[in-house]
Amino acid sequence: MSDTPSSPQKSGSDCCCKGSSRRGFFLTLGVGLNVVAGSLLAVPILGYVLSSLRRPPSAQWISLGPLGGFPSGTTQLATYRNPVHRPWDGKTADIPCWVRSIDGSKFQVFAINCAHLGCPVRWFEQSRLFLCPCHGGAYYEDGSRASGPPPRGLFEYEYKVEKGALWVKGGFIPTLARPLSAA
Amino acid sequence: MLRQLQQIAQWFDDRLHLTKLFASTAGHRVPKSSGSWFYVFGSGTMLCLMLQLVTGTCLAFVYVPSADEAYTTLEYLTYEQPLGWYLRALHYWGSNFMLGIMSLHMAQVFLFGAYKYPRELTWITGVLLLFVTLGLAFTGQVMRFDQDAYWGLGIGTAIMGRVPVIGAQLVNLMLAGPIIAGETLSRFFTLHVFILPGTILALIGVHLRLVLTKGINEYPKPGVPVRRETYVEEYETLVEKEGVAFVPGAISKDLYFSAFVMLAIATCAAVFGPKGPEGVPDPTYIQTAPQPDFLFLWVYSVAALLPPYTETVVLLVGPAVGVLALLALPFISNTGEKSARRRPVAVLTVLVAFLGLGLLTWAGLTSPWSPHMQAWTSDPTPVAFVKGRSPLELQGALVLQNKQCRNCHALDGVGGHRGPDLSTVATRLTRDQLVRQVIQGGGNMPAYGKNLSPAEVDALVAFMMTLHPANELPARDATLSVRRSP
Repeated sequence: MSDTPSSPQKSGSDCCCKGSSRRGFFLTLGVGLNVVAGSLLAVPILGYVLSSLRRPPSAQWISLGPLGGFPSGTTQLATYRNPVHRPWDGKTADIPCWVRSIDGSKFQVFAINCAHLGCPVRWFEQSRLFLCPCHGGAYYEDGSRASGPPPRGLFEYEYKVEKGALWVKGGFIPTLARPLSAA
Repeated sequence: MLRQLQQIAQWFDDRLHLTKLFASTAGHRVPKSSGSWFYVFGSGTMLCLMLQLVTGTCLAFVYVPSADEAYTTLEYLTYEQPLGWYLRALHYWGSNFMLGIMSLHMAQVFLFGAYKYPRELTWITGVLLLFVTLGLAFTGQVMRFDQDAYWGLGIGTAIMGRVPVIGAQLVNLMLAGPIIAGETLSRFFTLHVFILPGTILALIGVHLRLVLTKGINEYPKPGVPVRRETYVEEYETLVEKEGVAFVPGAISKDLYFSAFVMLAIATCAAVFGPKGPEGVPDPTYIQTAPQPDFLFLWVYSVAALLPPYTETVVLLVGPAVGVLALLALPFISNTGEKSARRRPVAVLTVLVAFLGLGLLTWAGLTSPWSPHMQAWTSDPTPVAFVKGRSPLELQGALVLQNKQCRNCHALDGVGGHRGPDLSTVATRLTRDQLVRQVIQGGGNMPAYGKNLSPAEVDALVAFMMTLHPANELPARDATLSVRRSP
């Protein structure tokens, strides 16, 4: 903090100069105090608002239920409650995914979201394709891209079989920026 | 009695200085030529905003922005709350009208050269107002928290996820969490109800202030260019010589237009009603084909029609370039001719923009790129295509139906339009080409080699070989006869 006037006045008596420097000082002090106090207020407010700018929590293991529910050779819809959710999320925290049981012990679990723009893909048993209703993206039964605008195959969950149940690693909506862990 | 009233009015005026305020605002002088039918769209847009503020506030009396309950309150508003359906309809149609009239306002300002010196900032605040209004329309679509809103957020998430380096963080910031859920809705509610309306009111303040300080654009005359050295003086002379007070001199047409807009919104709301809500926003219910609202259909079309390798660049860089171009316009073309009669490029730009948006919207309405997910079970094979076919060919017709081919391929116009109509496919592809196409796919068609048995392929191709007009032979390989007779 400086008590010298910001710009020396060329005319006017000493008394006037002194007065304006006093005023200038108090003005600067007043502005300065408000900047400091305002910043003290702004830090927690910005911290509150931008808290969600941080990277989302890491993926967690989620159970999709006992293995018996996924007979060999089938592809079916499974749903799980997202591990991170709020009490007022309602049904929006119930996340669907496609489970392909290759032989009862080997699996592939795909996110519901099309890799193009995130619409829900549907499984067609007869042609063994996943089709997207939005822009017509198509994927083969192993999730690889068949045709249409998607830039890659379906997002695939990492999975494990434990305690007679099928588990997948997830908990966030997959995007090109953050696809699920498995390739 | 009258004198007493006058005295009371005088008493208030002495304190509030309303007469003075009026003279410098609503009563300010404008060029007489600006009292034109072309100048009614600005006030029309603002009228729509006022209506949106009123109806929006009314809706907020009942609406609950909770992911768990929003849909229930929407249904309550629509079916039980007295006149709730009408308020929802007014708000929905008000937003359509607001953006429609705003586009007309923008086109008029552009064609009349009103953005030129010294009104650059008026144009820039107008552009910002357009973006805020688009933001209100998008967040408003989320307020109608149904399946379309849920998957619309999914599309926004997917676009954010394409941003390099900070994509994951942006997704988390937009959704306020790892998934589309309760906090996402609260976030969009806050934007829609507090942040964006506050911003729009502040911007309108600046926009109108500029209309007062820099004056409304005079009706441009061909051959009278804007010169930076002389314009301000010329304008002042014009206003002095043949100016009128905006109220009451030039406001009549605005009033007629306002009344017309209100009646139009009220009528559309009464006749067409509100939109949706369409289906509980339950992500596990996947039998849904999300589509954005009318205003954003053109974006949906762009996403479908772009070649995939250009998509990320166009979706991310395109809007930035558009924004910069709009903001830079008054500096690129700062002076010179204002009249549209001397600015063919400007006229062409407006025509191309409106035609482009219109055609993309039309394409979005018909969305030929979306497969018809139910076609294989709901669209029967037309009788003409099974008449007189052999058992093998009929078996092929069954394969075509059962393997969901119809979801993308129409027969006689019925079915999906993602791929070509197969009604006359035999005139375009030979037997061998058909086999190859079915087994290997290509040209945007999946390969069916692994999913069809050889017998099924045989039958399918035999059926498709019959798909040609009676008077036109199927395509054949011209080299076959040569190869067969050595």
